Amino acid sequence: MYPANFDYKRPATVDEAIALLAQHGDAAKVLAGGHSLIPAMKLRLAQPKVVVDIGRIEALSYVREARGAIAIGAMTTHHEIESSAVLQARSPLLAETASHIGDPQVRNKGTIGGSLAHADPAADYPAAILALEAEIDLAGPRGRRTVKASDFFVDLLQTALEPNEIIVEIRVPATGKSVAYEKTEQKASGFALAGAAAVVSAEGIRVGITGVAAKAYRASAVEQALAGQRRPTPQAIALAASHAADGVEPLVDIHASAEFRAHLAEVNTRRAIERALARG
Amino acid sequence: MADPKTPYVGRAMKRIEDPRLIKGIGTYVDDLRLPGLVHAAILRSPHAHARIRRIDTAAARALPGVIGVFTGADVNAACGLVPCAASIPDLKAPKHTVLAGDRVYFVGHPVAIAVASDPYAARDAVEAIDVDYDPLPVVANAEAAVKPGSPLTHPDLGTNVAYTHAVAGGSSIDEAFRSADRVITHRLYHQRLTPMPIEPRGVVASFHQGEGTLTIWSSTQIPHLLRTLLPGMIGVAENKLRIVAPEVGGGFGAKLNVYAEEALIAHLAMRLQRPVKWIESRRENAAVTIHGRDQVGEYEIAVRNDGQILGIRTRTIADLGSYLQLLTPAIPTLTGLVLTGCYRIPAVKIEIVGVYTHKMATDAYRGAGRPEATYLIERLMDVVANELGIDRLEIRLKHFPQPSEFPFATSCGLTYDSGNYQGALAKAKQLANWDQLVKDRDAARAAGKLSGIGVSTYVEICAMGPSKAMPAGGWEWGCVRMEISGKVTAITGVSPHGQGQETTFAQIVADRIGVPIEDVVVLHGDTNVAHYGRDTYGSRGTAVGGTAIVMCIDKIIAKAKTLAAHLFETTSDHVEFGNGVFTAPGVTNREIAWAELAGEAYVAKNLPAGLEPGLEASSFFEPQNFTFPFGTHIVAVAVDRDTGQVKITKYVAVDDCGPLINPLIVEGQIQGGIAHSIGQVLFEKTVYDENGQLLTGEFMDYALPRATDIPEYVLGHTVTPTSVNPLGIKGVGEAGTIGATPAIANAVLDALAPLGVTHLDLPMTPERVWHAMKTTTAATTA
Repeated sequence: MYPANFDYKRPATVDEAIALLAQHGDAAKVLAGGHSLIPAMKLRLAQPKVVVDIGRIEALSYVREARGAIAIGAMTTHHEIESSAVLQARSPLLAETASHIGDPQVRNKGTIGGSLAHADPAADYPAAILALEAEIDLAGPRGRRTVKASDFFVDLLQTALEPNEIIVEIRVPATGKSVAYEKTEQKASGFALAGAAAVVSAEGIRVGITGVAAKAYRASAVEQALAGQRRPTPQAIALAASHAADGVEPLVDIHASAEFRAHLAEVNTRRAIERALARG
Repeated sequence: MADPKTPYVGRAMKRIEDPRLIKGIGTYVDDLRLPGLVHAAILRSPHAHARIRRIDTAAARALPGVIGVFTGADVNAACGLVPCAASIPDLKAPKHTVLAGDRVYFVGHPVAIAVASDPYAARDAVEAIDVDYDPLPVVANAEAAVKPGSPLTHPDLGTNVAYTHAVAGGSSIDEAFRSADRVITHRLYHQRLTPMPIEPRGVVASFHQGEGTLTIWSSTQIPHLLRTLLPGMIGVAENKLRIVAPEVGGGFGAKLNVYAEEALIAHLAMRLQRPVKWIESRRENAAVTIHGRDQVGEYEIAVRNDGQILGIRTRTIADLGSYLQLLTPAIPTLTGLVLTGCYRIPAVKIEIVGVYTHKMATDAYRGAGRPEATYLIERLMDVVANELGIDRLEIRLKHFPQPSEFPFATSCGLTYDSGNYQGALAKAKQLANWDQLVKDRDAARAAGKLSGIGVSTYVEICAMGPSKAMPAGGWEWGCVRMEISGKVTAITGVSPHGQGQETTFAQIVADRIGVPIEDVVVLHGDTNVAHYGRDTYGSRGTAVGGTAIVMCIDKIIAKAKTLAAHLFETTSDHVEFGNGVFTAPGVTNREIAWAELAGEAYVAKNLPAGLEPGLEASSFFEPQNFTFPFGTHIVAVAVDRDTGQVKITKYVAVDDCGPLINPLIVEGQIQGGIAHSIGQVLFEKTVYDENGQLLTGEFMDYALPRATDIPEYVLGHTVTPTSVNPLGIKGVGEAGTIGATPAIANAVLDALAPLGVTHLDLPMTPERVWHAMKTTTAATTA
């Protein structure tokens, strides 16, 4: 397929990128790893006049420890996250989640910042990002700001990003080993029909769910049902997991009914919590 | 010189054609770069049914780089109608023009074509064409389409029924049902599938003004059939038309067709006096290259309580889509040909209703009719066995003909050439370790798990075929030339595109002529090289095309013997040939090898009187019957109670395709065929919504099997040669897909049987499995 004509800009710094976006406004689209934008352009569903390629801004590609958290540059690829020794040792959920994305080619090109900014309702990261209570740093014409994961996902393909803003960093807390991501794949795309990420900490169990609704969400009803239980029984976990889709309106498409998505949310929530606990 | 103790035939040799394909140095249609080449893109209908009020191409024509924009009004009169070669009595057929006239009948229907200096400009032009559509009522479901009051797919035909094809065979079906202890009915649905070859279609056409010759490169399975059928469309004489099928990246039947684009691109190359290229996008491939299957039927079986099946009666509705492609209406009728499978079933009655809907045409897709029939009969055997409480292997064995009864005439009207169905079943049981498999399943069930075993015993139709039973000419042509250097060139009229005949034919030639395989080249796919042929489909390449090559070799050896006798100064009855060497024992100790003999044949200074120079022969092979390969597949599955996901835990296939020329290629064909079935049973489906919109137009939505879906196969063979050809071989290109679908489906249903689930539609997706589990569990507890 052949995209419509466009200009290609490759800024070397974040400031240059922001300036280009400010200059071109709605006519510009940000290109990171290209796994959402380029297919859309090839199908001519997206026809930006200017493509601003931030994928080669080297300063945005890193994983490092910073004041008790792990900071990840927005242009870090899924493969780099999956294979990061720092993440595997200090916050393994994100590395495990990245290993579920697409195939090796996708993981070698796709970036965490690109994925979060696109906010596909069935992407894998959002479940983990929510369960980890990550922080997301955005840069724009008026400088930088930090958004909590719970405030970042707004609706289907909509985030807290303002026009002309880009994601620059994601910070996740160090966790123990008691984390897990469980996913049922949509058979064709490999995206999540339902994916559940669980984090067990001293303060309680946190669960993030993706694929089920128009945006990823924290399974608050599950978390509340398990509040105060340090080692919940299988029965308690199963009962709590039955609330995995409480209060959400599940998506419906040719791949799954709302009922089945809600059911898979429950199954994967239960499995993720069980596996996270088993690792502790 | 080949070692006579280890012939090439029978060896699991790697394919000669693979290195160039693996290295990316093969030449596909899109690799062609001709001087002055221009590029075409096609505007397609977004509506399943609409009237075209107006098409405005002015803006498109004004864009930079655009050479021309054409609508149906511009080209249809010059291009003729897209042909259908199936002869069905009383067939009602719409006129199939290359571009839409004043109406569109499916999503993807070509409406206009733009030609430009590069493919980007061509797409830009397509976007700039303005079409005013008036949407009309849509026929999206074949069963609804035959009910009174349904909107019409083609209002001018006055009906949605293209044809009704009834076949009755064997003894009286009414008597069978009268004398039955019970009648078991079952409804089975064979979903629509998208073939999805790795390479979409593509066409390049180039007209040589001086010679008046037209060359068309097409990603097709049928260069020769195109050369036969295109002249009637585009007005170029057959002998001025050259069709080339270069490397073709898979077909699975989807490229066994004459498509509108082939005529259209050829026409534009002549009209514009420039070579034109059109490459199908993946989305176009999903929408406008033929689909497969899509049949639903009610099946009634008359049985005695001892398990004896007396007769089968069916009414099948086949969704043809909106137009007839090359074989569209014939494919469902093939289902009726092998509906009795490998069983003695005395009476059958089949009624097939071909129905028009506002969708892409269905046509031949790997197996073409036989997978449908095999799925039906093999599911029905399990249904009958379960209903009567008879072991499912026993009921199959009870209805097998004995090996001594072949040739075996079926009540569907075929004569099966050879078979030993008991042998294949026994070998599969042994390879599967059947008794242990059953014990393991029962132990898993006792532990609360869902575990199942499925079996299918199949027979299919290959080596198509006798000309009297084919639409037009089922023979095959070949030519073999011993070159002056002693190298051998074999030219075949079949058009391999993944089947590996560059290797298997070289094995046959090298053995029979007695030269190293490195000295043999197999040519195909270019009608200026392979002058005649009937191409590749219906598992015919080696059984029919290979036989033509063998006939050529026999002629060359006979001629060579005459020449050798002359050089030995004896008569040819004293000449012996073996291992590439001519001798005359008792006459002379002299030996003549091919290189010397070929030199004599072409230098031609010392030929016997009346012998033509050269060592070349061509042959047409006309098979007297089809061949009927068979086998047994055994599958074990585990079903996840929570998610409904099916995992194949064991796969055993025993296939009998006669003698194996190259076991590696045979196993590759079987593995690929089974992969197709795994997709069909577990997740593949082509989905249109009620408005005729295609919802599975890309790989994000159409689920093809991936490497991780494929289990480890245990493959075995029995060898029952056919007498239909001198190689004794039957064909194997489609067997995997024919045998596997019912075996996997039967395994899933066996796993769910303890829950009371007796039926699931294809594909047996996790949601369908989960829903069935939930429904039956609820019913049991209620």
